[in-house]
Parts: sequence; C-alpha cells; structure tokens
Amino acid sequence: MSAVKPSVEKRETELIRRVCAGDKELFYELVRPYERALFTAAMAILNNPADAEEAAQEAVLKGLAALPKFRGEAKFSTWLIQITINEARLKRRKDRRHLYESLDEPYADDEGDYRPKDLADWREIPLETLQRKELQDALQRAMESLEPKYREVLLLRDVQHLSIQETAQVLGVGVGCVKTRLLRARLRIRDALAPGLDGRWGTGALPFGRVRPW
Amino acid sequence: MRVIEISCLEVWREISNYLDDEVTPELKSRMEAHFRTCAHCTAVLDGTRNVIKLVGDGVEYHMPEGFSGRLQQRIKNG
Repeated sequence: MSAVKPSVEKRETELIRRVCAGDKELFYELVRPYERALFTAAMAILNNPADAEEAAQEAVLKGLAALPKFRGEAKFSTWLIQITINEARLKRRKDRRHLYESLDEPYADDEGDYRPKDLADWREIPLETLQRKELQDALQRAMESLEPKYREVLLLRDVQHLSIQETAQVLGVGVGCVKTRLLRARLRIRDALAPGLDGRWGTGALPFGRVRPW
Repeated sequence: MRVIEISCLEVWREISNYLDDEVTPELKSRMEAHFRTCAHCTAVLDGTRNVIKLVGDGVEYHMPEGFSGRLQQRIKNG
C-alpha cells in the first residue's frame, strides 16, 4: 500500500480545514499535486484530452462541494481520483458516440483463460532496444485501442502506481476483478507489441537470433 | 517435500499476480519450479515484466496547455 507522508498528510489536513472554514480558492492548493493523476484517470475513461479536462474540472468542483464530508478514511488523492473516475464515466454515458458501446460492467469478466501469443524470446531483446520512439508510439496506440476496463487498471496500477486495493476502491470493483483485468490488460499489450519484436523495433538485425523456446 | 507441479495454463493465469507479489508462498514456489523447467512460460514472464516497465515509463499523457490556469479559474468562479 502506498502511504501518505506524514508531512503531506499534515499539510492536507490543514488545507482542508481552511477550505471548509471558507477559503474556497485555497482548494486549488490541495488539488495541484494531483492534477496529472486526475487528468490521467479521466483519460483512462474518455481517451480525449478536452473531455478529460472537463471531467477533471467537474470532479474538482464536486470534490470541493463534498469536502466537508471527507473524513480521511481514504487518502485525499485516492478520494479525488475516485470522484474523477465517476465523473468521467458519467460523461462517457452522456456522449452519444458511445451509445452502442457496452456500459461499465464491473462484474462481467466472463472470458475464458487468456492464452498469451507465442513470441520470439523477448527476454533476449534488451530493454534499451525496446525503448525507442517507434515502440512508444505503438504502446500509445495499443493503450488507446484497449477496452476501457483494461486501460483503466493499467493506468491506475502500472502508470500511477496505485496499490491493487486502491485501484479496486477507485474503480468500485473487487480486488479479484482488478487482478483479472490486470492480467488480461498486460497480456494484451504484450500481444499488441509482439509484431515489432521480429526485428521492426531495432535499427537493423537483432543482436540475437529469433528463438522459439519449445 | 516435493513441490506439486502446475500446468502452463495455471501459470499464465497467475503470472500477473506473481509480478505484483500477490501469490501465496506455496504458489510462488510452484511457479518458480515451473519457470526453471519451462522456457515458454519464462519468456511470457519476462515479456510481461517488460510490459509493466514499459507502460510505467512510457505512458505519459501530454497535459493540455493552460490546464492549471483554467482549473484555478473554475474553482474561483465556483
């Protein structure tokens, strides 16, 4: 579990007190360290910067209104991210483009076991080779084409480094559900990046020959 | 004591949990015993580990220009 530093918690408690006492504009100081986290969370759902910004703003205003009710059971950041996720989902429902997309089904993970594609031996390709612009672009595209329920868990867990428990809390699903989605999300990204592993990511021939490990 | 073998299918099902250190010590031993003899699953493990690192390092959204200012303004306007 990622804990809040005592100094941060102290600062936030004090800011919350002052905002609730009437200094509304000070709320921005509370939110400022988490701007990127809120935007990223909204992007996870909406995949569109303008919509994500709008959702983040709405979430912040809702957070401000609800602040007197915040009792500190969760971290302030987790609480605010949760509001943002809900706001983004609300926005997505209103968006007519997504009229025929399946709505959130927190408990519907009825796919069978996911079998990872057979790849050339990735272990033998140095991470430095993988970290090139082409691969970054492919990664971005792969993330965008993921189903929202998979993109959400990847962004919260692997990008924002929330714990599994925090991720479950923010998304309003069970821990088991988060774990299953993480598995599928990670394997899908792996499969999406697979074609490049047969030489496309490198500047020339791979330093190692292709290996079929069986 | 003999470690009970597990199948590749079972390993794939738990591979994400393994990387998050969310498996019981017993399952962990069984999986590690499996990795020692199964090159395929070891490749999947390494690949998945690389994905987590790649996603963690590589996915960073570009914040829209003026985001902070607009947010501050909205808070001010209420």
